[in-house]
Amino acid sequence: MLRLFPLLLFFVMSFNASAAVSETQQSALPLLVEQLPNTKLNKMAPLIEQIAATSAPQVRAILQPLMDGDLYYLKTNKRVVSVYKNEQKQYQLTDVLSAEALPAVKKSAIKKVRTNNRLRGQIRDLLANLDLTNTDTDIRIAALKQLLDNPNQAGLVAVNKLIKAEKDEDARELMSVILLIEQLQTGSIAEKLSAAKQLSNRLEPTVKNALVKQLGSLPSNAADAETKELKTVLSNAIDSIEQQASVFSLAENLFFGLSLGSVLLLAAIGLAITFGVMGVINMAHGEMMMLGAYTTYVIQQTFPNLIEYSLLMAVPAAFLVSGFVGVLIERGVIRFLKGRPLETLLATFGISLILQQLVRSVFSPLNRQVEAPQWMSGSLEINPILSLTYNRLYIILFALMVFFSLLMILKNSSLGLHVRAVSQNRDMARALSVKSSWVDAITFGLGSGIAGVAGVALSQLTNVGPNLGQAYIIDSFLVVVFGGVGNLWGTLVAAMTMGTFNKILEPSMGPVLANIIVLVSLVLFIQKRPKGLFPQKGRAAE
Amino acid sequence: MIVDKHGSPLSSVDNLKPDTRHGMILYVEDVSVSFDGFKALNDLNLYIGDGELRCLIGANGAGKTTLMDVITGKTRPDQGKVSFGQQIDLLELDESEIARAGIGRKFQKPTVFEALSVFENIELSLSGDKGIWTALFHKLSGEQKDKIDEVLQTIGLTAEQHYPAGRLSHGQKQWLEIGMLLAAEPRLLLVDEPVAGMTTQETERTAELLTSLAGKHSVVVVEHDMAFVRSIARKVTVLHQGTVLAEGSMDEIQANKAVREVYLGEEQA
Amino acid sequence: MKTLLNSPSVNNITKKMSSLHFVIAILFVSTLYVTVCNLMFAEGSLLHVSDYTVSLLGKYLCYALLALAVDLVWGYCGILSLGHGAFFALGGYAMGMYLMRQIGDRGVYGNPELPDFMVFLNWTELPWYWAGSDNALVMILLVFAGPGLLAYIFGTLAFRSRVSGVYLSIMTQAMTYALLLSFFRNEMGFGGNNGLTDFKEIFGFSLQSPNTKLALFVATAVMLAIGYAISHFIVNSKMGRVVTAIRDAEDRVRFVGYKPQHYKVWIFVVSAMLAGVAGALYVPQVGIINPGEFSPLNSIEIVIWVAIGGRGTLYGALVGAIVVSYAKTRFTAIMPEAWLFGLGGLFVLVTLLLPKGLAGLVTNLMDKIDPPSTDNKPNSSDGSANTSTNKSADDSILTAENK
Repeated sequence: MLRLFPLLLFFVMSFNASAAVSETQQSALPLLVEQLPNTKLNKMAPLIEQIAATSAPQVRAILQPLMDGDLYYLKTNKRVVSVYKNEQKQYQLTDVLSAEALPAVKKSAIKKVRTNNRLRGQIRDLLANLDLTNTDTDIRIAALKQLLDNPNQAGLVAVNKLIKAEKDEDARELMSVILLIEQLQTGSIAEKLSAAKQLSNRLEPTVKNALVKQLGSLPSNAADAETKELKTVLSNAIDSIEQQASVFSLAENLFFGLSLGSVLLLAAIGLAITFGVMGVINMAHGEMMMLGAYTTYVIQQTFPNLIEYSLLMAVPAAFLVSGFVGVLIERGVIRFLKGRPLETLLATFGISLILQQLVRSVFSPLNRQVEAPQWMSGSLEINPILSLTYNRLYIILFALMVFFSLLMILKNSSLGLHVRAVSQNRDMARALSVKSSWVDAITFGLGSGIAGVAGVALSQLTNVGPNLGQAYIIDSFLVVVFGGVGNLWGTLVAAMTMGTFNKILEPSMGPVLANIIVLVSLVLFIQKRPKGLFPQKGRAAE
Repeated sequence: MIVDKHGSPLSSVDNLKPDTRHGMILYVEDVSVSFDGFKALNDLNLYIGDGELRCLIGANGAGKTTLMDVITGKTRPDQGKVSFGQQIDLLELDESEIARAGIGRKFQKPTVFEALSVFENIELSLSGDKGIWTALFHKLSGEQKDKIDEVLQTIGLTAEQHYPAGRLSHGQKQWLEIGMLLAAEPRLLLVDEPVAGMTTQETERTAELLTSLAGKHSVVVVEHDMAFVRSIARKVTVLHQGTVLAEGSMDEIQANKAVREVYLGEEQA
Repeated sequence: MKTLLNSPSVNNITKKMSSLHFVIAILFVSTLYVTVCNLMFAEGSLLHVSDYTVSLLGKYLCYALLALAVDLVWGYCGILSLGHGAFFALGGYAMGMYLMRQIGDRGVYGNPELPDFMVFLNWTELPWYWAGSDNALVMILLVFAGPGLLAYIFGTLAFRSRVSGVYLSIMTQAMTYALLLSFFRNEMGFGGNNGLTDFKEIFGFSLQSPNTKLALFVATAVMLAIGYAISHFIVNSKMGRVVTAIRDAEDRVRFVGYKPQHYKVWIFVVSAMLAGVAGALYVPQVGIINPGEFSPLNSIEIVIWVAIGGRGTLYGALVGAIVVSYAKTRFTAIMPEAWLFGLGGLFVLVTLLLPKGLAGLVTNLMDKIDPPSTDNKPNSSDGSANTSTNKSADDSILTAENK
């Protein structure tokens, strides 16, 4: 929505912009094109410049093939065409001026318009600058960024011309930054001063580099007051930029932390049900996630044309697959070990080994490639140094969605009521004719199913292999215990805390050490408060 | 940490005897305990005299077991004071230190060491050094063997002394637990529902035993069985909603209007 | 029926004594047999025991000692440690450091002081914790002190705050996982990913020589016998009874006046040291120690040895370790794919069907042949075989474990 408004504005405006380009220049284009076949290489540069300067709509259609080596002319009439070699190895021609498709010809009928690397470089810049006047704001901004990083004279001139007419705020800001950098590099000291001041809140890496370079180029023992002032202003500007950058990098770490926290939350939330609410230790929980991830893989293999929808299909499918396996495990093993947590731990560990070997035998021990749909890729750019990738954003949203739906299920459905009744007082619940064994199986299935759903999300973040589950099992248990067993909100807080803590430590000490420190501090914390952040109180809890 | 000659940690309490010059062995003053807002004990005051046999009665949830938990260190009160004799502050000690100071407890549900024999259960409960190194190189002295035999006799389990405790009947377990208490020679015994699950005969024997203990030891009995309470009680304390509702002889309690309303009334309903 | 563990009992000390003698006698005879057959009979002879087999057997005996350590804490004290592999590995690293220094200038880089991996990392001097590592006495001290100290710190923290049951198991697993990650780091100074390897000699004897291998095997057998005797002494002392009582009803032990946390820390430390010794003997026989030994899976495998052999009986742990390790050697050679299926299946079947392991199976069979009298005569056989039929006994153990 935010982006839509300037876009609308732009449509209105772009008419004026293109109308502003002079008619005479445009009409000169055919003449210029005619010269292309006859011009010598060393005379090409000014010609290309002139072609670009016409700003005609066909400029790209001429220069792009020229750069790519696809621009030819017909030997018969010197008509300039772009060439495309089709599957029958025939040469299909398009007239560059009229965009008219011409009949396919043999190679011998055409001849290439020659270029060299220097010209190609020139064309690349020109094309980039050409985008500066494109009607699509996004393309214009991309071109401006390109220009910011690789400044060239033509671009600067263009920007100088365009800045007044530009209506999009982002684009105009970028333009002014480009001009300010130019001013910083070539202007008088007073101009440099004002440029440095204005640039002090820009976060583009180029800006900082330019400032640093400028500061370095000043003589270290300059005596005059102006240079001194410029020096202070420059270093202040650099400081201010660095300060802002550190704030944003903290924000970025926070975002990474939340997304890691969401992964932990997804991994732990099923466990919060089976372990936290039912009190069953399921060491095969990680393998339930692994099954979910493999379900995603299988779905993508089965419907290779529906990659965009594969995740949407995988979520319910993974829920069913893992949930079904969960119910099997509960019925087949766990119910015989009721009230013997240590034995349950061992037996379910055995199950986890069997499941791992199973996927190893069925899918091979190698990691499988799960593709990311288009809408998961890309990122949301907040400013030049802070951009949030969509896949992480979606994972955070998804984790919260799963969390809250689970909360609703436990709170509002009759299943939830039964689950809570059985977990609080099994005998009493049974006396009230709650079928406790049925509730156990369904609850366990629910917890496992959610693990499967988590697996779908994980398939987008990590390698899908037989060991996928193992990596998460210890962390998930720690999250549940840290948050306080039986407390879903505690699990949420614990997962987010762990994730953020980890990511805040990471830049200064690396991922492994951060992981170790988080583990150790958790172990220490739990020994200090064995019942976690949000313990259940009272005699019943003991 | 202070360490005794065997290397096991020693707290000051091991060398202290409760000071009972004022005739009281246990002081519970203004004690409150709450669980998630529910007040299990509410400004409770209770004094137990040295050598006294006291019965605690009260409906479910009146706070009897919580009171026991507070005295033995299992639950920390939110506020209040609990002292053993005049000078030993029980709130500073943990369960094992309280036990070594001379307070023994029998649980509502009999808990004995199932895998150990009856003999070994009593052996572990004997008073004396409870440190690690002693335990490692411990040999039973003749005196200790006699003591165990005496206890076995008292609780009538001599014949079963080599049985694993897990194989005893429910009533026998109750007796074994009482035996474990006796072996520890505590100054104060807290007995939670001693006759639950016992036959009439066993109940009578228990009553006899508890009365005989009073005098040398102080005994606090929590019991639901009113006939049993009547048969042993000299003084009865009625708990209601975490506070003392009434205190006095059985007859006084039965005549007490408030008690009739809230406790006996409920019993009859 | 549910599980109830075997327990030492005053009256069957005679029985237990004979089990100690029995185990030591078997160890002695088989060690003698292997030694004689290895030395006396030439290769190709039917009675020859190859050097490879000697090393393999030595490895199994290390596992047996490790299983003994786990049985001591789990079978007798109810502490299910999923991190004993860490103590084993620490003992192994202590030995590995010593062996590394014995290489001297025969390493690839020929540095007389620094092990190869340090030279490779451009380190110029030994880290402080490597000081004295070329001294055999320091090494022996470290084999005990390393695991012991870790167990002491971890145990004190955990048992003081009464972390028990499943929570404790998860903590121990997290502990070994953290160590796994740490030892993978080159900066730790223990060879990172590759660990310590390429050892040349121990106490001046070449590790390649068959005689050294045989000597290491014999040494392991002796250490196992000593470890068994120590464990046997502990579980049959009053200490053992207190510890068993803690396993079954920790709260009650407290109300009797013992401090369970002290006992638990003590037995945890002793057990960790046994595991450390096992690791130290293991390393020269397999020739390498790397962070993989810290992996949580290894620790869980130890637990399954004990579960299969029968926890709460010392000999059961030995049998379990050797039988399962042998099966693993065979299976991974014949059909490697099937091994994890087999191991996983064993976990499930044993916990479901054989809660007392092979030892329990044997006692049950013996009871069937020669049923113990059930009247007032003291139960002279193992005691636990019958208790398992007592419903209420089971229940209270359950509640104890549940807490």
